[in-house]
This record gives sequence, structure tokens and C-alpha cells, in this order.
Amino acid sequence: MPESSNSGGQARPAKATARGHHPLARYLATRLGLSVLLVFGVTLVTFVLTNLVPADPVQAALGEQAAADPQIVAQFRKQAGLDQPLPVQYVNYLGRLLTGNLGTSNQTRLPVSQEIAKAFPATAELALVAILISIVIGVALGLWAALRRRRAADHVIRAVSLVGLSIPTFWLALLMYYIFFFKLRIFPGSGRLSPTAIAPPHVTGLYTVDSLLAGQLDNFADALSHLILPALVLALYTVGLLTRFSRSSVLDVLNQDFVKAAKAKGLPARVVVTRYVLRGALVPIITIVGLAFGSLLSGTVLVEKVFAWHGIGEYAFTAATKLDLPAVMGVGLVVGIVYIGINFLVDVLYGVIDPRVRIQ
Amino acid sequence: MAGINASAAPATVSPGLSIRGLRLEIRNGKSIKTILKGIDVEVPAGRITGLAGESGSGKTMTAMAVCGLLPDGSVTSGDAIFEGQNLLDLSPRRMNALRGRKISMIFQDPTASLHPMISIGGQLTDHMRHHMKYGKAEAHHRAVELLTMVEVPRPEEALRKFPHQFSGGQLQRIAIAIALACNPSVLLADEPTTALDVTVQAGVLRLLRRLCDDLGIAILLVTHDLGVMSALADTIAVMRNGEVVETGNRFQVITSPKHPYTKALIDALPTHEAIMVDDDDE
Amino acid sequence: MSLEQGLTRPRFRLPATLRNPMAVVGASIILLWILVAAVISHIWPVDPLAQNFDRLLPPGAAHWFGTDQLGRDVLSRTLAGSQTSLPLSLLLVVCAMILGGSLGAIAGYFGKAIDETIMRIADLVFAFPTIILAMVIAAALGPSLTNAVIAMLIVSWPSYARVMRSLVIGARGSEYVIAGRLMGSGAFTSLWRDILPNVLAPLLVLATLDVGTAILLLSGLSFLGLGAVPPTPDWGAMVSDGVQQFSSWWIAVFPGLAILSVVLAFNFLGDAWRDSLDPRTADAVQGRAI
Repeated sequence: MPESSNSGGQARPAKATARGHHPLARYLATRLGLSVLLVFGVTLVTFVLTNLVPADPVQAALGEQAAADPQIVAQFRKQAGLDQPLPVQYVNYLGRLLTGNLGTSNQTRLPVSQEIAKAFPATAELALVAILISIVIGVALGLWAALRRRRAADHVIRAVSLVGLSIPTFWLALLMYYIFFFKLRIFPGSGRLSPTAIAPPHVTGLYTVDSLLAGQLDNFADALSHLILPALVLALYTVGLLTRFSRSSVLDVLNQDFVKAAKAKGLPARVVVTRYVLRGALVPIITIVGLAFGSLLSGTVLVEKVFAWHGIGEYAFTAATKLDLPAVMGVGLVVGIVYIGINFLVDVLYGVIDPRVRIQ
Repeated sequence: MAGINASAAPATVSPGLSIRGLRLEIRNGKSIKTILKGIDVEVPAGRITGLAGESGSGKTMTAMAVCGLLPDGSVTSGDAIFEGQNLLDLSPRRMNALRGRKISMIFQDPTASLHPMISIGGQLTDHMRHHMKYGKAEAHHRAVELLTMVEVPRPEEALRKFPHQFSGGQLQRIAIAIALACNPSVLLADEPTTALDVTVQAGVLRLLRRLCDDLGIAILLVTHDLGVMSALADTIAVMRNGEVVETGNRFQVITSPKHPYTKALIDALPTHEAIMVDDDDE
Repeated sequence: MSLEQGLTRPRFRLPATLRNPMAVVGASIILLWILVAAVISHIWPVDPLAQNFDRLLPPGAAHWFGTDQLGRDVLSRTLAGSQTSLPLSLLLVVCAMILGGSLGAIAGYFGKAIDETIMRIADLVFAFPTIILAMVIAAALGPSLTNAVIAMLIVSWPSYARVMRSLVIGARGSEYVIAGRLMGSGAFTSLWRDILPNVLAPLLVLATLDVGTAILLLSGLSFLGLGAVPPTPDWGAMVSDGVQQFSSWWIAVFPGLAILSVVLAFNFLGDAWRDSLDPRTADAVQGRAI
């Protein structure tokens, strides 16, 4: 047997130890480096947009009246470092960001970072529940459609997912709020808790989790019932997205030889689908989950206002409508970094799931 | 000989497979395509029966029809008799219980037919545990035995690895081990060496020959490669356009082909002499 | 010349697509809206900007879709809204396709440093969720429809660049392109005459599906007050008015339905078209799906 002597297991581990790095560690280091570069890119974008793009950044920061006074303007320029060369300004900007200084809101005169930190848990709770809903429903529908390819179920699911991708989220939010709260009173109204309820002691900032940790079951039920409607509205688009991508990923896998081989082994259909098909489709599906998070974060800006959900989305909506530039930039920066972080997590998951990345 | 369980497969019980008048049509909307036009092939136990022919001749479809893995819209008729029952009449449930248990398959490209994200151990034992109701330890023990039998080095270590850590030849040996795990009576081998390096083809062929002789399995070898065919098959059936045009033992078919199509196939070989593996290898 | 035509095989196949009922529905709705946008201001008797004293009137005989908080007719505003959404979204998609397509083709064809530079900028755009980046840019530029379209252009070109780049890289090595180069075509001729016809169809499918996305994005920006400036009739801005007056459901429902119908129509058309081009989803797929 010529091939049995040289291609067993001894050559490859030796190579890996010679380089001195675990393959997974090397892979993760690369991905982390790319993510950090992207974060710098994001700060560059917000820097350019804050300091260069507005027709008059001074006026944008000071407001019209103050900007008319040359003395105030000169003082402001000096104070803000606007009289220094651009690279220096950028370095100063980065320095301020590193200390957590995102500027001061033009509207509330409060530090943007403080306001975003206050709003963050609400959005995190909403987005996490929405992404969970999307994954469960989207992957299930996509799998079902792929297994029933070209039959009635497939066509129906396809049409439904296209509708999900076509509905303007902010309009759907308004419609659902009107129907289920205002008319039918099935779901409670706006906010994260009923007006009479007292927020659970702060641990994570997620009311559902915190109320459970504190053992307040009625508070948990209240928080959950407030959460469901906005989360469903937010999830509809991503359900459509995930359904379509899961369908095509599963179809790709169904055509692979290893599925035919699994069937030839006489395994029950259930085992073939869960163990072979779904696992094969997992990597592309996870990629799409990462991307879907982007749509979700976008969606919060359009949905939260309608439900008076005091999160980053509502903050961004108010900031945008009032043209509060520092606040808008702060949201852009934070959401961009969160999104990069999520996609880095997706890369980590890849490495954990796929042995071809994990072991070499 | 190492590692073959004496109780594994008493040659006398293996009944073989008998295909008679197998017809296959694929219906898609209004169009009907006839793929097989009445195939007769005997696949006796302890022998290797070759099914030769160029792509599109229906040889792979014959194998797929036997194990009930046909595309949507397929309609079959005729007989595929195995252990006294017609495989074509079995319910999907009963067919699934036979697949991988009594009738198993190996495919052309082992890098594609093994799941890249499931360990060798997982893929070697899941159907064993399903069909034979083996426990974890029992299945593991059997897996080590199988890998030893197909001559994969360091079986214990190999079970923990993933397909991308092996060469093509090793993977095909593993695929053969998977196919043999539940002591099948019939093995359908669809181009088992076509995707392999020429240097490792002979090893895999020799392994198939030995397993056939030792375990008394009926092997249906599907290949377009008459070189492989002449090296391995006891009898050869030549297919063209969904029909068997010539059947006979390999010396007859290779040295004095009757049908002009068979002649043309043999003339297309680079050298008329094939690799020829000794029957009484080892 | 005839040899070149024989070697390049354009894959432009819209008619086959139009046999799909979904595509027919989509195309009809799009045509209807284009017709409305073209003729509405000439034939419609009610001025979408005219205010009257009957504020927040529910749908009835005088105002089929009711009136808004300033007493304007919701029906005529909804119809007139097509005049901002449709042309701007189409314009945006065409611009994004030309800009992104050209940059992607250049990146894919020339490779190396040019490729790196263009694609890293594209990555940077992808590092933001779409509406967030569009919102940030539009806010910095100041609220207006023009600025909204500029912001959208900045966020939408990279997807065309990515697709075009991979298509060009795929086509670059194929026989008909090499044959063209051997016959003496320059880089530009090769791109324009040999590669473009072969990669156009997938790019157009992307564009069709993208019109829907563009309408959603534009109306989203208007909803945020960063697009259409009052009193311009615009669907997103009208829904935004409805948020302030949510008990008067008709203010928001009808413009929302308008957005939904157009976006759905473009998605139906694009989806059916893609299906006819993509061999994976076609009937060529063999094997039973368990």
C-alpha cells in the first residue's frame, strides 16, 4: 500500500507544531486583526462625517445664533482643536473616543456616550429576542421549503418570505401597534414595562433576564409581553432573509454526495436532515445570521420610536429628526462597532464548527 | 487477513442479487425519458460483477434503482430479487432498513461522499448503531476492527480525525469500511477508483477483491474504465443506451468481444493489456 | 466580428422569465405605478398640497383615503408620492450599478493594488448596517432628497462592485476573453465587448431586486426626516406623519401599502428572473429531496 505509509497522521501535526501556533489561534488572530482594522475604518468615517462633510461643522455644533458671533466661533475652534492639521485632529478624535468621549448632544447637552450606554440594554434585549425568533422561524421555513422543493409548501414559503422582505418595517410597526394594542388590546402598549411596574434591579439591563434573576415572575411576564410585538415586527424582515438563504444553502447541501451517501447508509430521514444536511448548511446560515443582525440594528432605528422603546434606535430617530449631529455620529460609531463585533463572533463560530478551520 | 471477524459473514448464506428486466423511466411534467430498457444482470455472492459502459449508458442508474435512491419522478418495473424479495416493490421504510445494512454503496469521490464536518468515528458508527443497535463501546470496537481490515493505519487515532486530514486513497478505504460495517451481502461500488490517484487505485482494487473473496459479498462494480474492469471483475456486462449489449466472463469479453460497441470500448483503451490483479492476492 | 459574436454568448433571457406568473404580476404593478407617476399631475383633479379645513377626515365619499393633519387629501398625496419614490429609486439603482459595476470590473480585471484599494473601501461600507450608514451620511449632508440619494449611492455601490468583481474574475480566464485578447483587444475593449455581455444578466437581476431595497431605504430616510422635506408628498414622510397621529390610521396605511406594492412587485420580478438564470434552483437539480 504506497499511500498508507506516508499520508497517515504523522506529517501534519509535526508541521503545525513547527510553526508553533494552533491553527485555530492563528485563524482567530487574523480575523481579530481584520476586525480591529475595520473599527479604525469606522472611526475614520465618523471623523470625516463629523468634521469635514457638514457645510459648516462649527455651525452644526454650536447652532445658528452662536455661530454668528465670530468670537465664540474662534474660541470654539481653538477649544475643539479645529485650528490644527487634520491628522492631528484625527488623533485627538481617536484619543477622545478611547476615553469614551463621543461628544455632547446638541439637544440634551448630555454626553452622547452616557445616553447611548443608558439606551443600549433595551436595544440589546430587543435585538437578541428578534434574532432568536428569526433564526428559529427562518431556518425552519428555509429547510422545509428546500425539502419540499417545487411543491406547494415551497411556493407559499417563498412568496411569504418575499412579502417579509418587502414590507417597510416602520409601517408594519405602526400597523401592528394600531391593531394589536389600540384596537384589540391583545398586547400592552408602548414601553418596556407597564407604567405601574418598577424596573427589576439592574444586573444585565435586560428586563426579562433581570426580573428572572430577582425572582419577579410578574415583572418577567410584563417585560416579555411588552417585548413580543416589537420583536416580531423587527424579526419579519430577517425571517424573510434567513428563510431565503437557508433554503438555498440547504439546496446546495442536498445536492452533495455526502447526503446521498448518508441515505445509502439507511439512516432515518430525520437523522439525515439534522445530522448531515443541517450541519452542512450551518456555516453559510451562520454567515447570514451575522448579516441579518445588520438589518436588525437598522430596523431598531425605524421601529423603536413607534413602540416608545427607549433604546438606541429611538435615540437615533430623535437625533436624526432633530439633526443632532454628535448623537447621530455616536450611534453610527457604536452600532458599527457592535456589528463588527458580531461578525467577529460569527468568524469565531466558524472556527469552532468547521474542523477544516479548526484542525489542519 | 488481519482483523476479519470469523463470524462476520458466512459465505454460504450470502444470496446475491438478481436483476431481471429492470426498466426505469423518469417523468417530468409531460416528458418521459426512458433510462433503462430491461436490464438483466446476475450479481452472485462471492463474485465481482462488472457493469461497464460510457457515461449516460445507465449503469449508475441501475445501481441507484437497486438501492431505491432515484431522482423525483422515477418509475421502475421489473425485478431486483434479493433474499427472495423484489427490492423494487419494497416500501421506502423497508428499503431504508436494508440500505446500509444488507445492501451498501460506495461512491466515486470519497472527499465528497464523506461529510467534511463529522468525524470519521461518527460517520463510521452512526448507521451501525441504528441498524445493529450497537452501544457506544461496541460500535467503537467494531469501527477499529473495520479500519484495521481496510488497512487504515492507527485506527484509534483515525476515528477522531476528520476527512480533510486524509488522502483520497485512505478516504476511499474508510468509505469501504463504512459500507461493510453492518456485514452487508451486496456492495454496490459506483466508480470506486475513478477519482483516485492512479498510484493508489491498485491498492483499493486489491482490497475490494480480497473483501469479496474473504467475506463472500456480492459486489456490483460500476465503472467506465475497462482497465479497472478487466483487473477486478469476474463477469462483465456491457451497457449502452439503457441496455446490456454483452455479458460474459472477463476473459471472453476482453479478449474476444462479440458486440461491436464492446470492441470499440476496448480499442479505446490506451493499452489492451490491463493492470490485472492476481485473484489469489496475499 | 462574426467570430467574436460566435464566441461570446449573451445570456439575456427576460422573455422566459416573464412566463412566470409572479413575474407577470410584478411587472404589471410596476408598469401601473410608472404610468401613475407619469400622468398623475396632468389628470388628477385634487392638488396633493392643497390644505382644507376637513382635517383628519376618515376615508369617505369626498376623500376616498381620508385627509391628513393639515386636511390634505391622502389619496392624491399617495399617488403623487410615486413621483418622488419611483424615479429617485430607479435613478439611484442605475447610478449605483454603473459606479459599483465599473469599480468592481476595474478591481477584478486589473487586480493587485487597485483591487485591494477598491475592495477595502467596499468592506468599510459593509462594516455598517445599511440604514445606519445612510442615516449618518444624510444627517451630515443635511436633510434633502438629493442628499438622501447621495447617501444611498454611497451605501449601495459596494454590492455591485463585489458581484461584478467576482463575475469579471470568473470571466477573465474563459476562452472567449482570452481569444479576444489574442485577437488584439485592449483591456477596455475586452471588458466592454467580451466580458460585459456575459455578466450583464446577473448584474441586472441584482439591480431589479435592489430597486425594492432602494425604495425601502429612501422611505426609511424620509421617515427619519432625512429625505423628502415637507410639504413634498413622500410615502416615508407620510407614514412618519401617521406616527404622530396614529389613531387616524389612514394617514399611514395607504402610503405604506403603496411602498409595499412597489417593493413587492420589484422583488417578484427580480426573484423570478434570478430563478430563470440560476441553474441551481432550476429543474436540472437531480435527486430526491428526502
